[in-house]
Amino acid sequence: MGDIWEILPGLGDKLAAHVVLSASAIGLAMLIALPMAVWASRSPTVSRIALGLASLVQTIPALALLALFFPLLLSLRSVFGEGLPTLGFLPALMALTLYALLPILRNAVTAQANLDPEILEAADGVGMTKWQKLTLVEAPLSAPFIMAGIRTASVWTIGAATLATTIGQPSLGDPIFAGLQTQNWALVLAGCLASAGLALAADNLLWVIEVGLAKRSRWMTFGGIAVVLAGIFAALWAQGAGSDERRIVIASKQFSEQYILAKLIGSRLEAAGYVVEYRDGLGSAVVHSAVASSSIDISVDYTGTIWTNYLNRDDNPGREAMYETIRDWEWRENGVRVLGRLGFENAYAFAMRQDRAAELGVTSLDDLAVVAPQLTVGGDPEFFERPEWVAVRDAYGLRFADNRNFAPTFMYNALQSGEADVISAYTSDGRIAADKLVVLDDPEGALPSYDAMLMLSPRIADDAGVIAALQPLIGAISVEAMREANLAVDREDEAKLTPRAAAAELAEKVGL
Amino acid sequence: MTATDPLLVFDAVTRAYGEVLAVAGVSCAIESGSLVALVGASGSGKSTLLKMVNTLVEPTGGVVLFGGEDVTTLPPARLRRRVGYVFQGIGLFPHMSVAENIAIGPRLTGEKLAGERINALLELVELEPAMATRMPDELSGGQRQRVGVARALAGGPELLLMDEPFGALDPLTRDALGTKVRELHERLGLTTVMVTHDMAEALLLADRVLVMDGGHLVADETPRALLAGAGGDIAQGLFAVPRQQAERLAALESLGETPH
Repeated sequence: MGDIWEILPGLGDKLAAHVVLSASAIGLAMLIALPMAVWASRSPTVSRIALGLASLVQTIPALALLALFFPLLLSLRSVFGEGLPTLGFLPALMALTLYALLPILRNAVTAQANLDPEILEAADGVGMTKWQKLTLVEAPLSAPFIMAGIRTASVWTIGAATLATTIGQPSLGDPIFAGLQTQNWALVLAGCLASAGLALAADNLLWVIEVGLAKRSRWMTFGGIAVVLAGIFAALWAQGAGSDERRIVIASKQFSEQYILAKLIGSRLEAAGYVVEYRDGLGSAVVHSAVASSSIDISVDYTGTIWTNYLNRDDNPGREAMYETIRDWEWRENGVRVLGRLGFENAYAFAMRQDRAAELGVTSLDDLAVVAPQLTVGGDPEFFERPEWVAVRDAYGLRFADNRNFAPTFMYNALQSGEADVISAYTSDGRIAADKLVVLDDPEGALPSYDAMLMLSPRIADDAGVIAALQPLIGAISVEAMREANLAVDREDEAKLTPRAAAAELAEKVGL
Repeated sequence: MTATDPLLVFDAVTRAYGEVLAVAGVSCAIESGSLVALVGASGSGKSTLLKMVNTLVEPTGGVVLFGGEDVTTLPPARLRRRVGYVFQGIGLFPHMSVAENIAIGPRLTGEKLAGERINALLELVELEPAMATRMPDELSGGQRQRVGVARALAGGPELLLMDEPFGALDPLTRDALGTKVRELHERLGLTTVMVTHDMAEALLLADRVLVMDGGHLVADETPRALLAGAGGDIAQGLFAVPRQQAERLAALESLGETPH
């Protein structure tokens, strides 16, 4: 795990983005929560409603809250126009702000409720107006408690901000998600260490301010505030320093193949003189819209995914017809250029351990349907919600004893350990060969094809330089080559490669 | 306005809390320059009546006239700057130094109180000028209430309201501070209304004693008249305790002298 110390210094820009995002969210939450707390202290009804709503928000898992802002902002585009960003900083800021409201609001309301009534009567008695009473008495006496709330909010927000990665906002979650996917634990630990370190540092600094306020020590209060502000400005400066030109942004979804292909595309563009930026670990659902809105410039998507999720089709016209329909639709509806197919498929397929399949006499989905009621099926977290699953289930009448969700990486482990008897594997996955799995036949043709396609956003759809740099990738990658590269990243022995190294090896193998 | 004009008039003032009448129709006038004690048992309505003067409590019936004006028609903040207010809880602002506490009233109108004025006010209540930089929690109870009095006087009020001002103090401090307030009242030509449940204190300090019971004004007498037995049963009942104590002390004293 000595690698951690080599990874940490490279996380500077992620740290800066993390600091700017967290500080903005907490600042905005303070702007909302503090006036609301004043209002709540004057009206029990407002107090009940505000605290109730803030608590309700708190019960939504942070990951879901972040994801919910994507469709919300998308629908708001009809009001604010197409320029409204749906991914990245804005939705992350909004979700984290909502998340930070509760501790600040609750502490501020409690602090006001617990003020000594005699002091408040004295404030009225000496002739203070409501505003003077608030600024001269209530605010300074509540300040230490409010600061404690801000401290709690900061620690929560810095932790939750790692999840902003999934909606395309760079943060210290990037190394965590990338590392989890590729089983690079040093990367995961480095991300966790950095965000935990940041949370601890913020907690301690804000504690100094809190104590300063409680002891009425100007030195501590203003010293603490100065250091916090210095940190935020340093992060802003660091972030601003590198971003004066628009880069080409390459997306990857949350599995190894996507990381490898992103690095392969990136290295070709870099060789052609472009500055590139990676948005790793995006949720599958957001990538398509992100490319259509040019929040992201390049992605690799799959025909079956687009077919069912965006064209809302459940028929299967065959591999070629499907691809051509999608290519024309993307260009016409979204202005997205489908540059071409990379040459391999990453389809859903059902896979079993060889011994288990032999024991049960299963070679196709027809056979599987007979024994399914005694078996457990494992799928990635979205699989059982996908139309492909519905199509296969209905085509073969599949009824399993149990459906279980696993992160893609752990699905294969579940199969080995017997926690699942059959899994929804991916055809390009290196572990199919490595684990000697049996891929079940699909005689009904219920599973659509999943050709990998290179997608260019409207912004760069006609960029001749980009097209020239990426054209050689079209049709160049066989499923065997892709499986090998995926396995190199997913394996856990000494031969394990980083996505970048695997991309370089893949490029060499396919003669680029 | 001559010295005998009433500065403060209560005209059929009531205050109801739901069904309960805390003050049930009080009428009386208080002359400029007088020190009036408002006496009664707990719950008799004396504090409520006092707080209706600076509108910390609003009357539900009748009017309170201050200098001829209905107090509820005056802007509360401005009214309260003309009326010094001292109360049992003292209510010093814990986050402000002694000097800042004293200067708070003038500060609210944008006036900055000079250091000499603060020292003079501290001197008035017999505190060292060095106290100015102390925080309230570094002071004794008696010192704190002295600061409370200095704060009430800082704006140069026409009327001083005191709500059980010495209630939380030990007897020695209480006596010294009572005497001090009487002296300041005369020296500064104030009109003072003091709420107390201690009849002895009222008799020793006030020019006039109002007795309240169950929201009603049941007696309005000078201390001399009360001593002579006027004011009715409730007033005399309140007076009985200190009178008996004084008699027993006198008896004890004469006993102690006989062996010689």
